[in-house]
Amino acid sequence: MPMLIEYLPILLDGLLTTLSVSLVSLAIASLFGLAGALAKLSSGRGARAVAGTYTTLIRSIPDLVLMLALFYGGQALVNDIGLRLGWDYIDVDPFLAGSLTLGFIYGAYLTETFRGAFLSIPKGQAEAGLAYGMSGVQVLCHITLPQMIRHAIPGFANNWLVMVKASALVSIIGLDDMVHRASLATAATAQPFTFYAAVAAIYLVVTTVSILALGQVEKRFSLGVRKAVL
Amino acid sequence: MVDLQIIQDNLPAFLDGARVTLLLLLASAAAGLSLSLPLAVARVSANPFLSKPVFLFTYVLRGTPLLVQLFMVYFGLAQFDLVRESSLWPLLREPWFCAWIAFTLNTAAYTTEMLAGALRATPSGEVEAARSLGMTGFDIYTRILIPGAIRRALPQYGNELVMLMHATSIASAVTLVEITRVARDVHANTLLAVEAFGTAALFYLALTLCITGLFRLLERRLLRHLAHPAGAS
Repeated sequence: MPMLIEYLPILLDGLLTTLSVSLVSLAIASLFGLAGALAKLSSGRGARAVAGTYTTLIRSIPDLVLMLALFYGGQALVNDIGLRLGWDYIDVDPFLAGSLTLGFIYGAYLTETFRGAFLSIPKGQAEAGLAYGMSGVQVLCHITLPQMIRHAIPGFANNWLVMVKASALVSIIGLDDMVHRASLATAATAQPFTFYAAVAAIYLVVTTVSILALGQVEKRFSLGVRKAVL
Repeated sequence: MVDLQIIQDNLPAFLDGARVTLLLLLASAAAGLSLSLPLAVARVSANPFLSKPVFLFTYVLRGTPLLVQLFMVYFGLAQFDLVRESSLWPLLREPWFCAWIAFTLNTAAYTTEMLAGALRATPSGEVEAARSLGMTGFDIYTRILIPGAIRRALPQYGNELVMLMHATSIASAVTLVEITRVARDVHANTLLAVEAFGTAALFYLALTLCITGLFRLLERRLLRHLAHPAGAS
């Protein structure tokens, strides 16, 4: 226990890395998810095919394999290009690689979330906007997107929780996150259970706070929507 | 561009890895499912001394990363002299045994919640009908509630199995030579990321398609009464 107290600041410092990777990934995933959902709902056949392949393929392959493939594959690609342009060897930043990969992966899951949310908005809403002479972009920004958020929150919250937990995998590609810090502390103190249990407890706090906070957000966005009374 | 020779040379290793992946999946799924059925019944019980501990179990296991859970079992248990001196130590030292324990508990937690949700979704008329026919609590569970819940949970359980199969890739972090470990070794030896991880990805893709296909067949059989009359979807 005294060891744990001594190492706690180091673990909490790792938590900052874990949280920033997760938040940056969430932002990237939201962009990919939005683009994917719009592509899947678009009338363009090519866009639909690309988005369909993206979601099916990503969701059929484990996160860890994708992460390793994009991290090492990306590193090789960057240096391949670099070699031709005469750059020095470049080490891909694991933070950037980890966040990009997680964002790319969870963008596929968010695509489905956002697509479902867009579909639950009555068609007449967009039609009314078009009838008033709004452009497609205006309809999206002023009518469908704001209304879609309420429907997307439960799925969004779920994906966030899964993603925070998946961020533990970035320790495998060498990012100095909470799990990595714990393994360093373990090597120094020979108390692996104590440290991994502490990391698990911190994750539990993060997920619990997230669940409570996102519940509040959902309540806020559902103002003015009456719940069916059974 | 893609070095097919490397893939061909390592194909036997990948096939061995696929065997380990499948074994891990089947062993964890079987144990996890057997655990989750009684746990789900306890979870929906009106008795808080039964339902609350199960909720705590599923909440903790679903709220923490599997990688950390695996590390707690594989690296963590050795911290206790009691474990190291017990007769189970030769097993608990083994990575495959630790992975099996961690994956079993993890999938049991998710499956318990899934089954509990399916049990709660039982139409009250079914239970009332069973009661009016004079069935007792045990009969109602084994003949009405559980068969119905399993049917309702089937599509979700297919997803859970795919998730579990993907999660077995994490076992590569504790030296288990399954598909992902083989890919990482091939990559370490050849530095060919596309060949190594691409092959692994194809293996996982094939396994995913097998599981989803199997469940589509199972659903067609067990959920026949819900099928659309015209045979659509």
